[in-house]
Amino acid sequence: MSTDILDAPGTAEELLQPRNTPGRRVHDLLHRLPALSPLIVLVVAAIVFGIANPRFAAPENLSIVLQQAAVVGSLAVGQTLIILTAGIDLSIGAVVVLATLVMAKLAHDSGVPGFLAFLIGFLIAVLAALLNGWLVTRLKLPPFIVTLGTLSIFTALTLIYAQGQTLTLDPGGFLTFTGTTIAVGRFHLTVGVLLMLVLYLGFAYALRQTAWGRHLYATGDDPEAARLAGIRTGRVLLSAYVVAGAVVGISAWILLGRIQGADPNAGINLNLESITAVVIGGTSLFGGRGAVVGSLIGALIVQVFDNGLALVGVDPNYQVLAVGVLVIAAVAADQWIRSVKS
Amino acid sequence: MTQAVLEARGLVKTFGHVVGLAGVDLTLYPGEVLAIIGDNGAGKSTLIKCLSGALRPDAGEMVLDGTPVSFSSTQEARDAGIETVYQTLAVAPALDIASNLFLAREVRRRGILGTVFRMLDTSGMRKQAKQHIDDLGISTLQNINQAVETLSGGQRQAVAVARAAAFGGKVVILDEPTAALGVRESGQVLKLVRDLRARGLGVILISHNMPNVFEVADRIQIQRLGRSAGVITPTSHTPAEAVAIMTGATTIDQVRDAHQTTPTG
Ligand SMILES: Nc1ncnc2c1ncn2[C@@H]1O[C@H](COP(=O)(O)OP(=O)(O)OP(=O)(O)O)[C@@H](O)[C@H]1O
Ligand SMILES: [Mg+2]
Repeated sequence: MSTDILDAPGTAEELLQPRNTPGRRVHDLLHRLPALSPLIVLVVAAIVFGIANPRFAAPENLSIVLQQAAVVGSLAVGQTLIILTAGIDLSIGAVVVLATLVMAKLAHDSGVPGFLAFLIGFLIAVLAALLNGWLVTRLKLPPFIVTLGTLSIFTALTLIYAQGQTLTLDPGGFLTFTGTTIAVGRFHLTVGVLLMLVLYLGFAYALRQTAWGRHLYATGDDPEAARLAGIRTGRVLLSAYVVAGAVVGISAWILLGRIQGADPNAGINLNLESITAVVIGGTSLFGGRGAVVGSLIGALIVQVFDNGLALVGVDPNYQVLAVGVLVIAAVAADQWIRSVKS
Repeated sequence: MTQAVLEARGLVKTFGHVVGLAGVDLTLYPGEVLAIIGDNGAGKSTLIKCLSGALRPDAGEMVLDGTPVSFSSTQEARDAGIETVYQTLAVAPALDIASNLFLAREVRRRGILGTVFRMLDTSGMRKQAKQHIDDLGISTLQNINQAVETLSGGQRQAVAVARAAAFGGKVVILDEPTAALGVRESGQVLKLVRDLRARGLGVILISHNMPNVFEVADRIQIQRLGRSAGVITPTSHTPAEAVAIMTGATTIDQVRDAHQTTPTG
């Protein structure tokens, strides 16, 4: 009895310190490393599939997984930037397809040099993002509604522009260069895969090591507090949209290399797939929390399930189901991580 | 008399039909603590937000160190030497203490890493943040790398106060900085306010805590219904009289008349 009293926290100082229960420690760890839980899911899934079918772990197969993740993975970089600002971009898939069509059509139909065609398509992706960003920051419209609208607009523009045409590009040109494979031992990486990895490295750096990154997190977390602290939140938000647009432009190049052409119907699922990757990767839909590397892990998880379940011989519909479960689990985990006073 | 460090004349701020400020004057001298008291909704926060660039007044003028100023952002006010602790604290919850101290005034690395690659000097900022917090004698903040949202309300307040105190050049404004603090921590903030005054800064302190106000303030401006009801000093009036003026039970003139007819003090 007397020891109880002695052990009880006495001073205010001690009461201010968070208690060190195991749950608390896990909570703190996930709080600091939002990409940790998706990483564990990815590793466990890979091990399970590897045991169930050794072909899964073969470098050739893992290369395919990476190649399949390249387009969604690179788009997810842009989506992460938007979601970190507590926004969402439902139009990202439509814009990437529009950009691929512009690039491919200019090169294919009008004989514009590949690099110039790329630049024009890239610029269109940036302008599309600028429109979204302008509507969100200047007219103060909710990003969900803005991009729901521009999703329809860009999809329609794509279909009108394509006239039902699917374009196949000659291999060896600039536009399909991202599809070039590079053998690293038994791995077959494409230029597109490497480009995606470079995007992740670059943005992991920009978000963690530059003031712009910190301001993006602060603005997404609590825009009014960020403004009062002296951050020009309008500028930060707009810059996030524009930079995400540039990422979409690069993703369009990766998509051209992947399908060796342009298809107006290629991007139907890219909007939601990029959001799925970001959410599974542990970035909070409420903004201000998450790490860009998580989105790469999220994109890989989706592909690993897709590929692994097929190899194990499971009905592919279970993959869709599994992704759904993961999304809900990720959002629930985020909710728990955000609840600080547990 | 010395020149005022900050002077505001006829500040007006309305929110639609709600009148936040209906023409308020304010004078702050260097090396003094000016307390602002008033009921909830009296316009105290609106007043200091106009001074700190967080709100743009509809009318009125401001003079800082003899030069007319008008701020279109808090950053401009900070650059001019006005630091503010807002009632809502304005901290970034997910960022750590050091990052919050240097929020919007980040320090980059020297050389090409900083100029071309825009890399932040994270360890340098941490060291400086630790130094600032130690200098300010804020003992509640132990781990500079802790995310602010994992801190208690009082600790968060300490972060906001530390940020303003560390970088205040001419004026430090504190909007209810002790609201979430215990007795000991409140005492620390009051000591800090005195230290800032001793450094020659002008300090504006908003507080509902009359004992604190009468302990630390040189002059007390009483806000009532978006107007200034007058400026008193801790020796000219009692806390009870201040509260009476604040709530409209009496006016500053009536109190002065009463003092003159019955000179008891
Ligand atoms: N952004 C705003 N929009 C609309 N009305 C506002 C806004 N900010 C303040 N007001 C109104 O202006 C008036 C003054 O508010 P203010 O916050 O300045 O009061 P205060 O003296 O700081 O009160 P408290 O002691 O509660 O902090 C109130 O009537 C308030 O409702
Ligand atoms: Mg207030």
